Amino acid sequence: MNPALLTTTDAVDPVFKFIFGACILLLGGITATVLWFAFRYRRSRAPEPTSQVADNIWLETIWIVLPSILVMAMFWYGWAGYLTLREVPKNALPVTATARMWSWNFTYANGRTSPKLVVPVGKPVVVDLVSSDILHGFFLPAFRVKRDVVPGMKNHAWFVADKAGSYDLFCSQYCGKGHSAMITTVEALPEAEFIAWLVQPEEGQPTKHDGAKLAKEKGCLACHSLDGSRAVGPTFKGLYGKKQTVLQDGKPLTVMVNDAYLRESIRFPNAKLVEGFQPIMPTVSDLKDDEIEALVDFIEEVK
Amino acid sequence: MMPQQPTPSSFWNDTGKTGITAWIFSTDHKRIGLLYFYSVLGFFLIAVVLGLLLRIELMAPGRTIMGAQSYNALFTVHGVIMVFLFIIPGFPGAFGNLVMPIQIGARDVAFPRLNLFSWWLYMLGAGIIITALFTGGGPPDTGWTFYVPFSARTGTNVSLAVFGVFIIGFSSILTGLNFVTTIHRLRAEGMGWTRLPLFVWSLYATAWVQILATPILGITLALVIAERMLGTGLFDSARGGDPLMYQHLFWIYSHPAVYIMILPAMGVISEIIPVFSRKPVFGYKMIAFSSVAIAAAGSLVWGHHMFTSGMSDTAILVFSFLTFVVAIPSAIKVFNWVATLYKGSISLEAPMLFALSFLLLFSIGGLTGLILGAAATDIHVHDTQFVVGHFHYVIFGGSGFAFFGAMHYWLPKFYGRRYAEKPALLAWGLLFTGFNITYFCMMVLGMKGMPRRYYDYLPEFAPLNLASTVGSWLLAIGLVLLLVNLFRGLLWGEPFTGNPWGGATLEWSIATPPPTENFEEEPVVTHGPYDFKGTGIP
Repeated sequence: MNPALLTTTDAVDPVFKFIFGACILLLGGITATVLWFAFRYRRSRAPEPTSQVADNIWLETIWIVLPSILVMAMFWYGWAGYLTLREVPKNALPVTATARMWSWNFTYANGRTSPKLVVPVGKPVVVDLVSSDILHGFFLPAFRVKRDVVPGMKNHAWFVADKAGSYDLFCSQYCGKGHSAMITTVEALPEAEFIAWLVQPEEGQPTKHDGAKLAKEKGCLACHSLDGSRAVGPTFKGLYGKKQTVLQDGKPLTVMVNDAYLRESIRFPNAKLVEGFQPIMPTVSDLKDDEIEALVDFIEEVK
Repeated sequence: MMPQQPTPSSFWNDTGKTGITAWIFSTDHKRIGLLYFYSVLGFFLIAVVLGLLLRIELMAPGRTIMGAQSYNALFTVHGVIMVFLFIIPGFPGAFGNLVMPIQIGARDVAFPRLNLFSWWLYMLGAGIIITALFTGGGPPDTGWTFYVPFSARTGTNVSLAVFGVFIIGFSSILTGLNFVTTIHRLRAEGMGWTRLPLFVWSLYATAWVQILATPILGITLALVIAERMLGTGLFDSARGGDPLMYQHLFWIYSHPAVYIMILPAMGVISEIIPVFSRKPVFGYKMIAFSSVAIAAAGSLVWGHHMFTSGMSDTAILVFSFLTFVVAIPSAIKVFNWVATLYKGSISLEAPMLFALSFLLLFSIGGLTGLILGAAATDIHVHDTQFVVGHFHYVIFGGSGFAFFGAMHYWLPKFYGRRYAEKPALLAWGLLFTGFNITYFCMMVLGMKGMPRRYYDYLPEFAPLNLASTVGSWLLAIGLVLLLVNLFRGLLWGEPFTGNPWGGATLEWSIATPPPTENFEEEPVVTHGPYDFKGTGIP
């Protein structure tokens, strides 16, 4: 990899070391002094105080000025490190991350999508953060990178993986029931492998989609169970062909769950809302028509 | 709660009014102080149990004792109760009411009826919050921060809970108004501003924060209700609103609210350390001034809760700078407290142990705050368990330990009986050990990257989570021992009369327990609050 390349980890870790180092010294000093005074001047040994001094302007000036200089150094060093996190290298590979309750999806410039963030080793990646519902947080602990994903706002973060491997990707901004399950990984591949991965057609494309795989990747199964248990949304088990009471504009209505109803509900989740559930399903805007058909076929098969 | 007291005449009985109505409609600051004390203590214990349940759930990965929705509701309710029902009203309501009027030589606060009304508003708000847990769509699951758009969409009972917090805000504002007026107008002859006990100074600074910051919380919460009920769209980007505006509004109150929680605790420490060292507090003026400086500068740092939110880099520069500025007066206080010990005669009784452990735990909380204030390092630890650990070091290790210290220091004064010393020391030891295990593990987990508000976690985080949970059990045992020993002592323990600690502030110059009128005749103050010489103190 490029030896001149400064990774986000390289920018942040020295700041951690500096502040933690200074803190440990200060804490050690304070603790040792308190313990020493409590021992040296304990009442059994010092029955009367030997001083009634109430202030000392020089001493106080020293411990105002020195900590002020120290914290200003921390502030500036922290700011300088932060600037590195914000300065996206010019050759960075753009990827769009779409966050929804409660899954991630990554779209590359050539239209390739993936539930994992696959990146080339040694090449900076800039991730544009898009939310399809509420606040989420894009967090890569290994790269010291975090940025909130805010609906209606353009946020981004960049990082570079200097070693091949798999790294955790968490949602850091609380987003409801599935928050802690909204995790995936960064897969850093050598550049040649990455390019091969990027151009290969997605499995099953273009003729037939795997509905089960889609349901998992697009996050459907975070809310809709396959085993009949009630979760955030109605279960898929036995759903197809069922007579269901739904609310249309707040009025109850009985519908038959068929292809048309499922198609409509995926496109416009709140048009006919199943009674007893909250109107919180996001619109999954990046689904293509044939993908929706695959999902409908999949739901029909869950019996 | 109302036992027979040993002294023939005191505020417990000298008005001839007893029974429950003589308490809940009393305008005596001491009775209102005890009403507040027992109310906040009750809510504190409920929230402690919720916290212990959260730790049990996190003992191992996956489901342990509850589902994700229950977990989310539990950490929300834990936070709401601890913040809004315990620690914000705790110091001003309980110990401020009990002690402050006596410390300035007054017979009561400036507006005794308003004081009673504040308690009633507090109870009303608390009642509404508790009702919200059991009605509508169930307990809120938004976290105590009520962030939009989630809080605008969730089907749980957010509106009612938020309305309860809104009501409690008025209670806090009225207490603040009452205290500012009292401290300005009702100081006894000779009680100049430089003779005010530092606890009173800290309450004074706190009161201004309560008056100036709380209305913004009220407005913000009203807007959340409007968003939910009327669909105003103020915070909805699809309709031209802005979710970040909510975060700004929320933290404009909620960061200063941290100072409502910690400033009076610092005031308690400034009382206990000189008394148990028999030395004047070192740098009185600097400590008093730093309370006001923290209250003022602390109002301008709210943006450090939003470094990852997408707000502008210029804003991050300014807020990070101001955050480090606020660190300076806190550091000054710590150095001054340590210097007070020098060449003193130090007695390590229970209140002093809580005060000295405050020094250590608050320092850890404050120093880890520097990590959070620096822009580069905050990005990594923001929204992780590190923040949870840091916050508990400041508010539990700081304010909580100071609250325990105040209970051991002042409650005997109002009961005329005291707790046994040895069990109190044991309880302190358990609390201190359990506390550090519980929350230090959280900070390490955060450094390793475990986000906060996580119901489930990867196997790599399991050992430290287990250790943290075990620590919470030690903490719980220590707390039970502390309370049993303290209240057994207050009700049936050794008599506590005169001035056993050797304090020089006015509350130690009057009868124990104090009479309703506090002072037999108008006091004239002739010496400073920490002037232990020539005051006839043993």
